[in-house]
Amino acid sequence: MLAVVGTVPDRDVPLLAGKVTLENGDICVQGRRVSVKRGTPALLAAAVKVGEALGQEKPFGYLVGDIGRGDGSQKLYQYLVQHLKQTDFHTICFHYLQPIVGWHNRIQSIIKKMIPKPILIADAGSMYVAKMSGRSEAYDLFTPDIGELAFLADELAPHPFYTRGFLLHEENHVPDLIARAYANGNAPQYLLVKGRKDYLANKQGIQAIIDNPLEEAMEAIGGTGDTLTGIVAVLIASGIDIREAAITAAKLNRLAGVYARPTPATQVMEIIKCIPEALKILMKECKWKTGKVHD
Amino acid sequence: MSPLGFLRKNQQEVEERENADRGFLVFENTSEVIQAENLLKKRGWEIRVMGPPPEIRKGCDLVIEFSLIEELKVTKVLQDAGIPPLQAVPVTSPLLQPVDLFKIKDFGRHLMVQAANMKLTVDKESLTIVNISGGGCPDVPYLAEQMVGKPLGEAPSPREIGHTLCGYALQLAYEEMKRRCSQS
Repeated sequence: MLAVVGTVPDRDVPLLAGKVTLENGDICVQGRRVSVKRGTPALLAAAVKVGEALGQEKPFGYLVGDIGRGDGSQKLYQYLVQHLKQTDFHTICFHYLQPIVGWHNRIQSIIKKMIPKPILIADAGSMYVAKMSGRSEAYDLFTPDIGELAFLADELAPHPFYTRGFLLHEENHVPDLIARAYANGNAPQYLLVKGRKDYLANKQGIQAIIDNPLEEAMEAIGGTGDTLTGIVAVLIASGIDIREAAITAAKLNRLAGVYARPTPATQVMEIIKCIPEALKILMKECKWKTGKVHD
Repeated sequence: MSPLGFLRKNQQEVEERENADRGFLVFENTSEVIQAENLLKKRGWEIRVMGPPPEIRKGCDLVIEFSLIEELKVTKVLQDAGIPPLQAVPVTSPLLQPVDLFKIKDFGRHLMVQAANMKLTVDKESLTIVNISGGGCPDVPYLAEQMVGKPLGEAPSPREIGHTLCGYALQLAYEEMKRRCSQS
């Protein structure tokens, strides 16, 4: 089963832990509805859509309200420290959380003792704190955009806000940044770098480039990176290996984007709605088709 | 290197990593440090006063260690109280500067400005903020909810309602967007 850990932008949302459904465009956990605009709700909505289509179990969500003060994140970290060891998730995806090194490291210590060890994915604040704490290599997959890749490549920067300019220049090619991130121990087993071209890489270098189809407007739309992370997470949790799941997720996210016919003003839910249609097309060409795609 | 030296280096690296989410606030004089310490403690932040590292050449002989991620909110509170810090820098690399490069993408009707990991897009005709993307700290989805759909001149600024370094990067993108839109 997939577990997703993240925050929602509403201070009044208490800590929620339960299976996630999608109802009339909102995600629902423990009877609480949260609208899907970007961030962890967008990740979960995409994961639910793909999971439903593949007949997978619903993802388990650990969510809490946090608007940047870190109070909700701290509650969630504390809850995970107490409860994670009793779980047996196949894959855990850490997402929008206030980056706090001490809490992150406590959770990693617990996960290290879990048998079998879950597959670990991090994006957003959880990816920042993984790099900050020097523990990127404990993860299986990060999903940075190119700006965040430059941050991973910068061995000094504690946050993307402090990434040094020479790493952010256009002339810095993605392959060089990937190599630098691995050389400094700041990358996990796999990197799925999202952008105009999506790159799948590991320590040996770039393994695949996915650049088709291309919708230029996707870059401006908040949440399109979150949907990619949600899709790859649910595919991995379904048993597909990371490499194949990442390539398929990149294609699926792009195709759903095309079907939504987006402009830079499009909101991410319009793209999420197109995931089942895009998945049907992809299933025809994927090796891992295991059964019927559910409508 | 001797085994002892190796262990010491390892220990030092571990300690540095443990502090990677902390920053230093640098002030002109110790009186400001004391005022800032009282204010921040009163507001519930975990801080401590200490001596500055040798790399910091500005300010007095005391600094405040604070949660670097919350730099935007902490510096706003201090500014509002009339005790703005001279500098806020990461503990692990005090010489690092905030990002100062912007990437601009013109989609025709829409314009996107990127600062560090944050992107802000407006409709050039109505000057409405149509999208905010990127980032990873929990105030990003909140800032987007508060700002998207509003005219650039009427939307709350990230500095007013944000908290984190992602919020700070969005503030830079927002200021650059305003600058560009005021020229056109």
